[in-house]
Amino acid sequence: MPKLTVDGIEVEVEAGATVLQACEEAGKEIPRFCYHERLSIAGNCRMCLVEMERAPKPVASCAMPAADGMVIKTDSDLVKKARNGVMEFLLINHPLDCPICDQGGECDLQDQAMAYGFDASRYAEKKRAVKDKELGPIVKTIMTRCIHCTRCVRFSEEVAGVGTMGAVYRGEDTEVGPYIEASINSELSGNLVDLCPVGALTSKPYAFTARPWELKKTDSIDVMDAVGSNIRIDSRSSEVMRVLPRTNDDVNEEWISDKTRYAIDGLKRQRLDRPYVRVDGKLKAATWDEAFAAIKAKVSGLDGKKIAAIAGDTVDCESMTALKDLMGTLGAPNLDCRQDGSKIGGPRASYIFNTTISGIDDADACLIVGANIRAEAPIINSRLRKRWRATAGDFKVGIIGESWDPTYKHDYLGAGAETLSAVLDGKNDFAKVLKAAEKPMIIVGMGALNREDSDAVLATVRAIAEKYGMVSGDWNGFNVLHTAASRVGGLDLGFVPGEGGLATNDILDAAAKGDVEVVYLLGADEIDMSKLEKAFVVYQGAMGDAGAQAADVILPGAAYTEKNGTYVNTEGRAQQGWRAVFPVGEAKEDWAIVRALSGALGQALPYDNIDAVRSRMVELSATFASLNAVTKAEWTDFGKAGDMKSDGFTSPVRNFYMTDPISRASVTMAKCTEAFVKDAAAEKVA
Amino acid sequence: MSFIDRTARSFLLVELVSGMALTLKYMFKPKVTLNYPYEKGPLSPRFRGEHALRRYPNGEERCIACKLCEAICPAQAITIEVEPRDDGSRRTTRYDIDMTKCIYCGFCEEACPVDAIVEGPNFEFATENREELLYDKDKLLANGERWEAELAARLEADAPYR
Repeated sequence: MPKLTVDGIEVEVEAGATVLQACEEAGKEIPRFCYHERLSIAGNCRMCLVEMERAPKPVASCAMPAADGMVIKTDSDLVKKARNGVMEFLLINHPLDCPICDQGGECDLQDQAMAYGFDASRYAEKKRAVKDKELGPIVKTIMTRCIHCTRCVRFSEEVAGVGTMGAVYRGEDTEVGPYIEASINSELSGNLVDLCPVGALTSKPYAFTARPWELKKTDSIDVMDAVGSNIRIDSRSSEVMRVLPRTNDDVNEEWISDKTRYAIDGLKRQRLDRPYVRVDGKLKAATWDEAFAAIKAKVSGLDGKKIAAIAGDTVDCESMTALKDLMGTLGAPNLDCRQDGSKIGGPRASYIFNTTISGIDDADACLIVGANIRAEAPIINSRLRKRWRATAGDFKVGIIGESWDPTYKHDYLGAGAETLSAVLDGKNDFAKVLKAAEKPMIIVGMGALNREDSDAVLATVRAIAEKYGMVSGDWNGFNVLHTAASRVGGLDLGFVPGEGGLATNDILDAAAKGDVEVVYLLGADEIDMSKLEKAFVVYQGAMGDAGAQAADVILPGAAYTEKNGTYVNTEGRAQQGWRAVFPVGEAKEDWAIVRALSGALGQALPYDNIDAVRSRMVELSATFASLNAVTKAEWTDFGKAGDMKSDGFTSPVRNFYMTDPISRASVTMAKCTEAFVKDAAAEKVA
Repeated sequence: MSFIDRTARSFLLVELVSGMALTLKYMFKPKVTLNYPYEKGPLSPRFRGEHALRRYPNGEERCIACKLCEAICPAQAITIEVEPRDDGSRRTTRYDIDMTKCIYCGFCEEACPVDAIVEGPNFEFATENREELLYDKDKLLANGERWEAELAARLEADAPYR
């Protein structure tokens, strides 16, 4: 542990730390452009120069390892002069177009030029201009503004794993961009916009729409996948302008996927802004009272067994709690939060990501079963890639299921159950890897678990976990990767069939036969609506998607940006998001709609505010007692040995950019689909 | 004595005569009043009157929608909305000034990096109702076209002191 002195303050830093980190430890601010905590060190912007005793000239603190006995000065005249000079050089070729630059107001170069630069330019020669690059529908480039920090190059190489960016030519002619004229085909490309310290890479969908100083910032949680990325929603008056990541080292570090970031323009289209009631086969606008009356007319006196509820993928836990309790008062046992028809549930350890996302950093082998992680949870895929890089390739990954490119070295083992059994029996080569590994992990995706034989698959996976010592002491390497933000929350709350109740597929079949007469869809759109033709369908949600079309009564709910909500991610981590804007039109927060409906049905639920709902959630599951934390699940018996079907595991996510009603309504996601999804063009024709 | 003096003065109408003399004197001095609205006083090139949005000589509007005027406006009288124009340039789709809120401080003009929003010499824009004082982009651009010669001259006159 080297000890050094920074401006007379003695600090001790970890071995391998840099001088810049030591200076931060001492509370000194060091300006920088190319240095970034989560990327490798480049040392090419020279902004972080500091004075070191017995060194002939200023040193770049980001690239200088801290050593014992160093004496660093960060505010001497020499340092000030050096920074001034570096800044002047950076500004030589930087255009003076801050007023039309989207980075204006949150620009590192702008801020640091104010703090460390001259007030006027002495440069009278010609400035250079660089041709803009085409990076696809998400990232807009104005390459003349580039200061060659190479953060984007390092990000795409290291984190995203698509080595398409680079710097070509030398000196003043340097140009950063893709080597070949091609879009960046990565699910994480939106992060380039955040990384760029200047306005060279800006957001295309957000271009010219707002200034950072006029935005209201609200902390929230993403619902586009089951990772539960921490996000910040920037809104202006009643409009959500953009989504940015919040740093949370346990979940998303500081990255978010492109769907998380850009699907929000779907919230401006196809919204349900008032209740509707189907009259003579057509949906007619109605008041809340009329809508509730229509439901009451149908439900009152009906046997509870003829009522069913299905919760969708982006629903918050508050509304699921309210609906579960409402179904309880109606005596209806038919409720399910797994609209994909999977049978996961039971002991908590059997349906959460036990290792935790940050736990991946300790693993040394990983078997992925039936999950296209890159499409289902790009953030987790980047975490696996980070682990692979940190171990210099010693992190062995095996994939069973469809073949997909995880952006790191992997062994493709096979398509389905046979391979899985072979791994269990030790007949597959990857069994040796698992055996040799100290902390092996297995990730099972919905592709393997939403099948008829899911119990058998789960039992096999459990057997593999047991056999190869994946569960021992503190380490639990058994992981389920969900695709829906609401799934783990729903399972924790017990939003599953009660005694004698039906699960999703049975509800649909019963509805088709006429055995179930009322189906309450809480934001559920991914089910076969043709089976619901006979039933009286109540759809509660924010988007006018499949569910709303099949509905007899539509209750307009709030999107995730418009309500305070709790979500449990795939690790079983309960997190709360805040309301950024108010729901559109007459729409209301979802739990409040269910509460009001219960009143209209004459059996008011016992809570009047969200705090009361949340105390009820704590009663239902201990998950909600400790927010932002993962409680370890007890390793118990689950799964049922049996025959597995031979067909391969296929991921339920066919198109990363469109998985839920919001992203399906989004123009940006449609553009991305067209640009990046291979089959999209073919699908369009069909 | 004082009694005689005072009586003599009042009988001789001394005060009236001196008053009339003053009147007579001013009849031959230059006038300080103006026959408004047919005559108007001089205005400084820095006078802050009615706003206008200017154009470049080639007809292109100057405003680039940087929103600095909106940010600096202490009365929050300016509202701007932006979208990329078809050619990809940054332009306003809405530029409103609520002239009833405006306090004519001139900060918007000072904040503007392209001399687009200016406060012109016009101070005679009284209206019969409030609504007419809620200026939109068309009104401001029309102002700019009407006053351009004068606005350009004023900016040039003030340029050395900026």
